[in-house]
Amino acid sequence: MNKTLKILGWGVVALLGAVAVGTVAVHRGEPINALWLVVAATCCYALGYRFYSKFIAVKILALDGLRATPAERLENGRDFLVTNKWVVFGHHFAAIAGPGPLVGPVLAAQFGYLPGTMWVLAGAVFAGCVQDFVILLFSVRRDGKSLTEMAKSEIGRVGGFVAYVAVIAILIILLGVAALIVVNALKSSPWGTFTIAMTMPIAVLMGVYLRRIRPGKVLEVSALGFVLVLAAIWGGQYVSQNAALARVFTFSAPTLAILIMVYGFAASALPVWLLLAPRDYLSTFVKLGTIALLGVGIVALHPTLHMPALTRFVDGTGPVFAGKIFPFAFITIACGAISGFHALISSGTTPKLIARETETRMVGYGAMMCESAVAIMAIIAACVVQPGIYFSINSPAGIVGQTPAAAAATISSWGFPVTAADMQALAHAVGEQTLYNRTGGAPAFAVGMAHIFSHSLGGETLMALWYHFAIMFEALFILTILDAGTRVARFMVQDALGHVYKPLGRTSWYPSILGTSALIVAAWGYFLWQGVKDPLGGINSLWPLFGISNQLLATVALCVATTIIIKMHRAKYAAVTLVPLAWLVAVTFTASWQKMFDPNPRVGFLAQAQALATGPATSVTGRLIFNNRLDAAVTGVLVVMVTLVLVESGRQWWGILRGTREAPVKEAPFVRTRLVEERG
Amino acid sequence: MKRIISGWHILVAALREIFDEAAYARFLDRAGMASSSEAYSAFRREFEEAKVRRPKCC
Repeated sequence: MNKTLKILGWGVVALLGAVAVGTVAVHRGEPINALWLVVAATCCYALGYRFYSKFIAVKILALDGLRATPAERLENGRDFLVTNKWVVFGHHFAAIAGPGPLVGPVLAAQFGYLPGTMWVLAGAVFAGCVQDFVILLFSVRRDGKSLTEMAKSEIGRVGGFVAYVAVIAILIILLGVAALIVVNALKSSPWGTFTIAMTMPIAVLMGVYLRRIRPGKVLEVSALGFVLVLAAIWGGQYVSQNAALARVFTFSAPTLAILIMVYGFAASALPVWLLLAPRDYLSTFVKLGTIALLGVGIVALHPTLHMPALTRFVDGTGPVFAGKIFPFAFITIACGAISGFHALISSGTTPKLIARETETRMVGYGAMMCESAVAIMAIIAACVVQPGIYFSINSPAGIVGQTPAAAAATISSWGFPVTAADMQALAHAVGEQTLYNRTGGAPAFAVGMAHIFSHSLGGETLMALWYHFAIMFEALFILTILDAGTRVARFMVQDALGHVYKPLGRTSWYPSILGTSALIVAAWGYFLWQGVKDPLGGINSLWPLFGISNQLLATVALCVATTIIIKMHRAKYAAVTLVPLAWLVAVTFTASWQKMFDPNPRVGFLAQAQALATGPATSVTGRLIFNNRLDAAVTGVLVVMVTLVLVESGRQWWGILRGTREAPVKEAPFVRTRLVEERG
Repeated sequence: MKRIISGWHILVAALREIFDEAAYARFLDRAGMASSSEAYSAFRREFEEAKVRRPKCC
């Protein structure tokens, strides 16, 4: 009876999922309700988790609940620690959930809601969740080794080196793009800039409170900091309305870029306890709260999506970024579907906390499903606003025209009616001077989020507050990634330089700290500056570059996973990682080729350089040409390196399958867990 | 009711872990110290080196 009920129950879930996915896929013409996306996603995740992840756990990985994990065997109370699975789940999710799943889907919404939704669902269930799950388990079985260490030991030295370089490249490009998103969100916005500026004294206050008044009470002080941030958002409207104060907090994009670079350098080189650690806590607090609030808001308010399922820009002529659905939708959305960066987290802190192997399924596969759900929420937020408004916010002036009237006319001519008066009214409602040319995704997401909430909580009068809450949330979030990422990259460079000259590797030696901090900030600052000066808005060039490098890292992670699966004599199931790997190779290599060599100047870096060289010369032409050639070179180097890993992996697989190469499984020896007895 | 209480405890434990309060408690336990300004400074010194190396995702 129980079994029959279960079969019936899962049958209903499958049927409901099929109906919802079908509705999302084939519905055309009339606007669709966001709940269809929510139901489709919920059913896909439930089925994927219940059946696909279980298949992987049982048939391929053979999870063993009796095998002691490194958290138990190497427990030291610091890095290695047996931890409750739900606690590890929360910890892992907090680490993998960055701005990526919010920004990528918003940018990809230029194709309509359908491509992004389908890629997020299929990509997560069949690729992203699988990658996170298997890499986590393989790291657990290797004493918590990192991806670069596993690549080195399982594939060879080339694999380890490429993974290392790819991580540095991704970090630098990511930091440049992330900073550009903040610049585009805050330029000419005294309210937003004031709010973000206020997070610094608030963080210092939190630091002093944590150190002197109530040591270690982080949750308490984060809640207090959150209340103060809300007060800053409230106060921001008075700053924007006061001419003198508004002038103080109004910055152009280049000025903001310089300020962010100075901040990044200071954040990397100075002690962290006073400003950065409290801000990190505050950012995490806001992040978890906002994601939960948005999830509840979408389910409770189930708004209507105004963006069509597919737009005319599937042909590759989109204003947000140029390029066709294949491959560009699949590199624009990384974190919500599959992200190579997650493999670093799955082989970082998390494997050292897992109490039992069987819990890797819930933590690895399950947390990525939640991340994917965040991406679905971002798609909904981007698609609830009228398409004309979406394109007005996300299109660079170089494409739609320099004046509001010209932009409105261009966008209306695409079939997405909007007027300059509509945009002026919206800008006024959210407390901004203008919403044109706000590329980067953050302002469009903020408008969508404000739109959802203002329809229930506080109405139009609170729209400006909701908008600036969303901007604060994203900017705070991204600035935290900037300072943390700069420090991580600095440590990686210091580790490498330590092999050349020992003192350079010492993280307490100030000349090394200052030198490597300057090097990292200069590297991402270069990309930021390039984006700020780019007449096409920067995102058109830089986000695809970030997506390509992130997905290339996923390619390396899936090579490692496939190699281990073959070594485990599970070659007949290798398709579980091999198919996503083949898909990613197709996507990233096509995207890389097109970004380098496509004859359309809006797509190909070299074609753009050529067009600039033959066009009218300005004072910045030379630099723009160099930037495009540099972007092409960076893409080329990454592709060549990943090709080396693929060739090296292919040789391994071929040798093992033909029996000409030994396939030692480099796992830690089996030790029986004591936790089973202890738990009775 | 038991399930709700247990769920609440797990949520609080997860938040304490994410916000490093649990790590601080373990540090105090290991070092045999009571919570104070000095103890928290010592914890941050020990913790910072490891924590800032952890990548956070995009």
